[in-house]
Amino acid sequence: MSSAIDAIETKSEKSPLNWSLWARQIGAILRLELEKNFLSRRSLLIYLLAFLPLFPLLLLAFFTPPGKEWRDFNQMGFFYSLIYNGLILRTLVFFGSAWIFMNLFRGEIIDRSLHYYFLSAVRREVLVVGKYLSGLVTSIVLFTATTVVAMLLLYLPHFYSQSVRYFTEGRGLGQLLTYAGITILGCLGYGAFFLVVGLFVRNPIIPAVVLYLWEWLNFLLPPLLKKVSVVHYLNSLVPVPVAEGPFAVVAEPTPAWIAIPSMLLVTILVLILAAYRIRHMEIRYGSD
Amino acid sequence: MTISTNQLIIFDNVSKFYGEILGVNRVNLQIAPGITSLVGPNGAGKSTLMNLMTGLLRPTRGAISLLGVPTDQPERLFRKVGYCTQFDSFPRGVTGREFINSFLLVHGYDGKRANELSQLALERVNLVEAADRKVAGYSKGMRQRIRLAQSIAHQPAVMILDEPLNGLDPMVRAETIALFRKLASEGLHLIISSHILHEVDMMSDRVVLLNNGYIVAEGNIHGVRDEMEEHPMQILIRCDDPAKLAAYVFARDHVVEARLHEDRRGLFVKTRDADRFYLMLNHAVAEGEVSVESIAPVDDDLSAVYQYLIGTSGGSA
Repeated sequence: MSSAIDAIETKSEKSPLNWSLWARQIGAILRLELEKNFLSRRSLLIYLLAFLPLFPLLLLAFFTPPGKEWRDFNQMGFFYSLIYNGLILRTLVFFGSAWIFMNLFRGEIIDRSLHYYFLSAVRREVLVVGKYLSGLVTSIVLFTATTVVAMLLLYLPHFYSQSVRYFTEGRGLGQLLTYAGITILGCLGYGAFFLVVGLFVRNPIIPAVVLYLWEWLNFLLPPLLKKVSVVHYLNSLVPVPVAEGPFAVVAEPTPAWIAIPSMLLVTILVLILAAYRIRHMEIRYGSD
Repeated sequence: MTISTNQLIIFDNVSKFYGEILGVNRVNLQIAPGITSLVGPNGAGKSTLMNLMTGLLRPTRGAISLLGVPTDQPERLFRKVGYCTQFDSFPRGVTGREFINSFLLVHGYDGKRANELSQLALERVNLVEAADRKVAGYSKGMRQRIRLAQSIAHQPAVMILDEPLNGLDPMVRAETIALFRKLASEGLHLIISSHILHEVDMMSDRVVLLNNGYIVAEGNIHGVRDEMEEHPMQILIRCDDPAKLAAYVFARDHVVEARLHEDRRGLFVKTRDADRFYLMLNHAVAEGEVSVESIAPVDDDLSAVYQYLIGTSGGSA
């Protein structure tokens, strides 16, 4: 046996917390998974989805709709909030995360290639972290880019000089970063949820649709139930709140200092559940 | 020489059920270094046993350890174990070299060492020239070899190989068997499942015969054959006067059948006690009763054992 193997073995047997080995293994898993997430045929759908919110904004850049509110710079923040809520957060981040994170394990079960990871000398918990991080990097890169480009596409074509001042001297940059931060939190929360769904459920479409409806109907729910949703915490952080209509049950938004740690805590708990599931998982492709 | 449990693969009363369906039942095994072949018809439980050994399946009952490591600790287990499964699938879009290299990196090797080990593994399975081509374009035999290379790349002490000779041409087959023998002589464990009995016979130190999820027999093939008293050993004696020899041997109580060969230049004898028969034959030769050209056991091989215990003739090349 080679000395390199001996070194790894001795270390891993002596110390139960071998951080440097885990970091190297996570790096290797990340490289493998990112290549799949960005360059495989499956990734085409994600690129398409990421471009979807930009398409109407590109049209708007060339054709200004009738109505004087579209000529009012102060209304742009409200319009962006609408677009962000409907097209980016509830559509792109939700479905994009569903596709990326559910495929991390489910995709490999379908391809019958998950066993190669299971037959490597890697803790399955490390595998969960590596895969989750790869999903996170992919979703954050694509969806944050869409969030930023969408905002710039709404402001710059019609109010160029005002927008430049707004983003460099005014509140624009702060708002842009807040929206980007909400997108990142959305990827964290939905990502963990869909990762677990992909592990527990053979057909993840059904739980995804149920969660989608739950998130959309959130405005009708009583205040206590509102808190059992990702979108409630994310909406609490939006810089320009959007009215939820006459039938909405009004509830106090959760302050950022509670919303952000709560999201992170739930994400960690869900990942622990995923790790437990993976630790006890069997490879039986025939039955999957 | 006694072997410590840290050198053995141990199945301690292991059962695996898939819901109501039996995978394997009450398996007790202790496997020492060398080549051990798992033999049995389709559905006998060979792959189940291998998947249990590598933690891809978890036993319903009992416990398994490989060289002292329980199978639910992959981070320790796969420093010592390599498994070449029967799943003919690969991560998408990889070349042969990337396939081996990427999982060595997942093992925790640095890039330089992973490259060295990949190259060594590719050389061992004779696939260096095709290493930088996409696996998707490989033939069945090449895919089999690249999976074998991936499973041995980290130089494990235990290799578990599920039908590793499937799809290989005769030349590569012979080379692969030679590689297995070499690795076994270095003190490694090789657990091989195969349905090609004459190859198993040729390369195995011991066999485990499975049928319907149960172990029917295990051990050195000749030892197993010797213990099958209900099936007398068949021996072919080529000699100058088979008829005379038939009359000579037929009087002995351990000889149950004596039959002339079709060409009338040999005699088939069935005996319950091969050792006594050989002794008696020596006397016959010494007394000048017959002149013997050759003696060969006819059913002292895996095919015969398989046929007697499992009831079919098994597979062939």
